[in-house]
This record gives sequence, structure tokens and C-alpha cells, in this order.
Amino acid sequence: MDFDFIQRFAPMYVKAAGLTLRIGAIGILLSLAVGVLCCLARYFRVPVLRQIAAAYIELARNTPLLVQLFFLYFGLPKVGVKLSAEACAITGLTFLGGAYMAEALRSGLEAVDKAQAESGMCLGLTTLQNLRFVILPQALATAIPAIGANAIFLIKETSVFSAVALADLMYVAKDLIGMYYKTDEALLMLTVAYLALLLPLSIAFSLLERRLRYAGFGNSVQGQ
Amino acid sequence: MNDKPILEVRHLRKHFDGTGVLEDVSFAMREGEVIVVVGPSGCGKSTLLRCINGLERPDGGEILLDGARIDGAADLVKVRRQVGMVFQSYDLFPHMDVMGNLTLGPVQALKQPRAQVEAEAEKALARVGLADRAHALPRQLSGGQKQRVALVRAMLMHPRLLLLDEITAALDPEMVREVLNVVLDLARDGMTMLIVTHEMRFAEAVADRVIFLEGGSVLEDAPPARFFHAPETDRARQFLASFEFDAVRQPPKD
Repeated sequence: MDFDFIQRFAPMYVKAAGLTLRIGAIGILLSLAVGVLCCLARYFRVPVLRQIAAAYIELARNTPLLVQLFFLYFGLPKVGVKLSAEACAITGLTFLGGAYMAEALRSGLEAVDKAQAESGMCLGLTTLQNLRFVILPQALATAIPAIGANAIFLIKETSVFSAVALADLMYVAKDLIGMYYKTDEALLMLTVAYLALLLPLSIAFSLLERRLRYAGFGNSVQGQ
Repeated sequence: MNDKPILEVRHLRKHFDGTGVLEDVSFAMREGEVIVVVGPSGCGKSTLLRCINGLERPDGGEILLDGARIDGAADLVKVRRQVGMVFQSYDLFPHMDVMGNLTLGPVQALKQPRAQVEAEAEKALARVGLADRAHALPRQLSGGQKQRVALVRAMLMHPRLLLLDEITAALDPEMVREVLNVVLDLARDGMTMLIVTHEMRFAEAVADRVIFLEGGSVLEDAPPARFFHAPETDRARQFLASFEFDAVRQPPKD
């Protein structure tokens, strides 16, 4: 093991980790937004939008991210739409993540007892107020474990973006292996970098999940 | 008491998947009146209540609240701000404490100042014996306590009419009493209530009128003294007899 090598190139990994984290974070937030919209279109049975959402979810979940990314990066320029590598990465991640988040939120919404919505209606709440104060808080609490799993999955998926020359963690590792043949060191640092990013996130979601469970969230079955 | 009806139900009809639950229901109630609806399971009691605040859409007939039609009304939200409803399963919001449950409607739907609503809520909680539970979560309460909170939650909206749908059906016997006492209290204060219940003794005590619903129609509509002691129809007599028990060891007949 060449520790000088590790020391020398560690800053490159730190920089790349920043890029991975930034693209991952933006992608996750946009995914959540797309997921909420799709999920609401289906929940409220909005005509047309609901079918579009369903079709999009199937398309996004049943094609590999790498294929989606190639479509954005190599396909779109042929019809005159040219996106930067970073824009492609964020768009691709959102396209994939939106579908997964929509499904996670849907499972949360479906777990909320219908009587809860009726109780809110009986208090004279408007549909939006009912959604905001009664239904979504409970749905989100139920969906938190799935949302957390999706967030971690999406950050890991960013590794495919090295294929369109985005200087993320995976790209740096491949680059170093190609230049110096220090495979062991490069891959070790890559593993450590991903763990350093994802372990805290994973632990944070576990804690959040446990807190919500203790607070009685996500428990739509009321005891007698 | 005002003579103009607060609620009028005319020839109400509601079918589910082709089978009739309500065939032809008509009655009117005045302000301050307490009507108890009784009848065998599946006779449409709950459906009747759910139609009155628009949780179900009637298939025929009309419902008037203060003289204005509410069936098919565009603004059901406004109707529901005047018609409170409490269910068998309490349905408190599990993610809010008692105070959060109580203030949500008045603050968000009625736009009342939070401080004022909280002060009122504290008084109301004290009245139903729950002064120290304002910051408990619903899952920390007993069934009877939850149902009292649900009643207070509905009352803080100051409804013109309160609908109670078998609110003691899920409770242990000793908890039934504490909930029914609150309802009796409301009746004494002149609250207009339409109550579905299987507690016949309670019905007799609280009702100004009893409506006996059977097969989707009103078979009897009478003061409790007459309905419980001299019912007019055989069907009502049979129904009331189902609440009586004959002694297992009968004295020898002579």
C-alpha cells in the first residue's frame, strides 16, 4: 500500500466528493419535488396528468440510468438540445429519482387512514389545508424509510456520471488507475469516500425514522 | 326554541352499487332539538349522517340546512364548518397533541386567533375532565378520553348542528358513561344534535324525538316515551325486544 500516493491524491477525492454530494443533493431535492407532483396527480386522480405520471414512473424505473444519461448526453444534441455534463447528470438523476420518490410517497399516502381525511374535512378544512396539516405529515412519516433508501441509492447512482466525463468520485478513481496503475489505493480511497458520504446520511435517516416512530408518527392504526 | 327547521331532509335516497341503503327518508329538526336515530345494522343510519355533511352524495331527494340546499352544494367546506361530526373511531390526528387537534379547525378553517382558541380549548377540556391532558398525544389517551377530545374538537367549531355516529360503539362499558355524560351536558346547553346510537337507555334519556330507521325508510318518528314504551310498528317492537334478556331460570308458570 502506497501511503504517499494516498496522501498526494486525497485532496482530489475530497474535491470530487464535493461534486458528487452537490449533484446528489440537488438531484434528491428535485426528485422529491417531481415525486410530490406525480404522487398528487395520482392521489387526486387528475385526468391526463395522472396517466402521464404513471407512464413516466414506469419508463423511469424500467430503464437503466446509464441509458437515460446517454440519451441526454449523446441523443439530445442530435435534435439541437445541448446540455453540459453537469446539467445532464442532474436531469438524469431527477428523472430517475422522481419516479422512485413518487412511489415512496404513494405508499405513505395510501397508509393514511381514509377516516383521517374525513376528520379533516369535517373540521371544515379545505382540500389543501387537509393535505398540509393532516394527510402529508402522516404520509411523509410513513414514507421516510423509503425516502431515505432512495436518497442513498441516488447518491450511489451518481457514479455512472463518470461516463459523461463529469469529474465525480468514480471518475477520479478511474483516472488515477489509468495514469498510475495504483488500483488498490485508488479503489480503497473510492470506497472510503463513498462511505464517508453515505454512512452519516444513513445514520441520520435511521435516527429520524426512530424519532418519528417514538412520536407516534406513521402509525395510522389508533389503539383502542 | 325556534320553530323554523334548522335541518330538513326530504325524500333522501342513496344507493351503493345498485342496492338501496336509503330509500325514502324525510324528517325535519328544529334548533335545540335532539333526535336519536335507531335501527338495525345496515339500515342506513350512518349513511344518513354522512349525506348530511356531504361525505356521501345523495342519489335523490334534498337536504336543507337553514333553508338552503346542501346536497350537491358547490361549497361543501362551508357546510361542514356549520355541521360538526364525531365518529365511532374518534379519528384524532395522531401526529398532533390534544391541543393541536383542538385548535386546527378553528385556527385554519375559521381563522380565529390562536390564543383565543387555546383559552377556549383549555376551558372546554376542563369541562370534560381532561384539563391536564392538553399536551398528551392521542395514543397516550384511553378510548373514552379520545372520544371526549373528539367531542370537544367538534364543539370548538361552534357548529349549528352536531352529528354523532355511534360514538360509544368502540368503548369499554365504563368509558361509555363518561362520554355520554358529555353529550347529555351538551343537550342541556341546547346543542342541536342528530345522534346514532345503540345505547337505548341513553337514547331515552337524551332524545326529544326518536327516529326508527328500517330498510332505508323512517318507520317511526315519535317522542321517546312513546317509541320505547308503546311503539306503533311490529318491527320496532321486535327491534326493542332484541335489547331485552329473558331470565335463564324462569319461575314456574301457573
